[in-house]
Amino acid sequence: MAEVEDVNKPLFAGLSDVSIAEDIPVEGDIAVPLSSRNADDEISTLDEPVKDTILRDLKAVGQKFVHVLYPKKSSALLRDWDLWGPLLLCVTLALMLQGGSADSKDDGGPQFAEVFVIVWFGSIIITLNSKLLGGTISFFQSLCVLGYCILPLTVAMLVCRLVLLGSSGLVSFIIRLVVVSASFGWSTFASTAFLADSQPPNRKALVVYPVFLFYFVIGWMILTFSPSQ
Amino acid sequence: MSASGGTKNTNTEPWGGFDDNIIIQGSGSAVIDMENMDDTSGSSFEDMGEMHQRMKEEEEVTAEAAATEEETGEDGEFLGMKGLKGQLGRQVADEVWQAGKRQASKAFNLYANIDILRPYFDVEPIQVRNRLIESMIPLKMIAFPQKVAGELYGPMMLVFTLVAILLHGMKTSGTVIREGTLMGTAIGTCFGYWLGSSSFIYFLAYLCNAQITMLQMLSLLGYGLFGHCVVLFITYNVHFHSLFYILWLVIGGLSTLRMVAVLISRTVGQTPRLIMCGTLAALHMLFLLYLHFAYHKIVEGILDTLEGPNVPPIQRVARDLPNVASAVVNATVRSVAAVVHSQ
Repeated sequence: MAEVEDVNKPLFAGLSDVSIAEDIPVEGDIAVPLSSRNADDEISTLDEPVKDTILRDLKAVGQKFVHVLYPKKSSALLRDWDLWGPLLLCVTLALMLQGGSADSKDDGGPQFAEVFVIVWFGSIIITLNSKLLGGTISFFQSLCVLGYCILPLTVAMLVCRLVLLGSSGLVSFIIRLVVVSASFGWSTFASTAFLADSQPPNRKALVVYPVFLFYFVIGWMILTFSPSQ
Repeated sequence: MSASGGTKNTNTEPWGGFDDNIIIQGSGSAVIDMENMDDTSGSSFEDMGEMHQRMKEEEEVTAEAAATEEETGEDGEFLGMKGLKGQLGRQVADEVWQAGKRQASKAFNLYANIDILRPYFDVEPIQVRNRLIESMIPLKMIAFPQKVAGELYGPMMLVFTLVAILLHGMKTSGTVIREGTLMGTAIGTCFGYWLGSSSFIYFLAYLCNAQITMLQMLSLLGYGLFGHCVVLFITYNVHFHSLFYILWLVIGGLSTLRMVAVLISRTVGQTPRLIMCGTLAALHMLFLLYLHFAYHKIVEGILDTLEGPNVPPIQRVARDLPNVASAVVNATVRSVAAVVHSQ
């Protein structure tokens, strides 16, 4: 026992000063010491309004959207990953795809759950595949990138619905085809721009193929979507 | 035991002095010691004491039993009144928790042991391309076992591609699946065929003493799906019956032949070869046929021409049970009335 204390003493030497006599009441206010933190590291989020917190998070998500729309090999999407953006995009996409056939009896259209499952399980499978091929990216980083890269397709879905509001002839189909193909290419390009660096150089094609398939299925679902008759 | 019994029976007052207890305990043990030492020399007094002790013990035992019975009775009542639900809930929650924990630990183990699977995914793009091409080229080399690469990347990707193509086919044919999603059906069909057929053929190979491992079987059958992917991708978009049959025979036949050749080269004897290759070829070709016709527009076209234009596509409709029942009742009543009337 004495030996243990001896061993521990240098470790907790600083703590011995903290001991408080019993007759002195403990008082004072709890405040984060201002001097001990880096100015740019972390802001105290304890006493700020909830609005600020949400706005800051939304701003972070928005910045990542911009990164996806203008993929320039930035590592911001990889460094501080989050799953809020993917969730937002996925739910938006699923809701827009759902709307068409919600009230019709023939429920051949993609259901909400179907889209949701495709997006998340597809990303998980791609991630596992890239891990198996020897990628050096963490699980959630990859999920984050794949989720954020649905953004062009969600935009395409929005455009498609707007076009479908107008007309549903051959012209609208061609417009939709062009839009969906463009956004599909964009999604694939953006995600590979982020993910390719983490892969061994000779295997990029093997990693890109499932990504291609994943966005192709989503894009195809968007293209074949038609609102209820 | 008997010492404590002695304590209890001689000391009538539980709050008796400690010293008394000790003394009496000593005497109790002395009684037993003496008895143990010499069986024949038991005095009447000691026998009486022991009998008394035994009776007391028995009383205690019965009292205890009664007490436990009472307790259990109370417990049972308690459970019956209001605790049954709680206990059941607790049990179910416990089971759910256990299952969840097992699943989570399994998932974690899978993730942690991902390195174990890594060798199976150790390929170069050019290798995959070559294997895809080779899957269409049957080799006529039977005397010597053909090489089968144990690799899972290509098969996995082919199965996922097949899932995507199937989804496309289901959508364009307007397939309606009650109690399930298209996605789940497609995944279930493709993975079910891949894993199920591989295991079945592997089992046959085990019976027929063929030199092939499960991994090789999975890889072989997986690459064999490349032909399916090509054929289905073309025929889901180009609707010609004759085109499908030609492709089915040529492309599907080539990929089947390739697998058959590999299996033949790894099996010894005529009958085992016939059994395995016949099974594999039948499964593979029929699966392609099934996939094509199960989810294809032409099926609806045939139905339309056969049964008139206004027949909706086949779907399961709940039978109108009440009507049937009432019709039966009506009929029986009518017949009974007729019988009565005639009499």
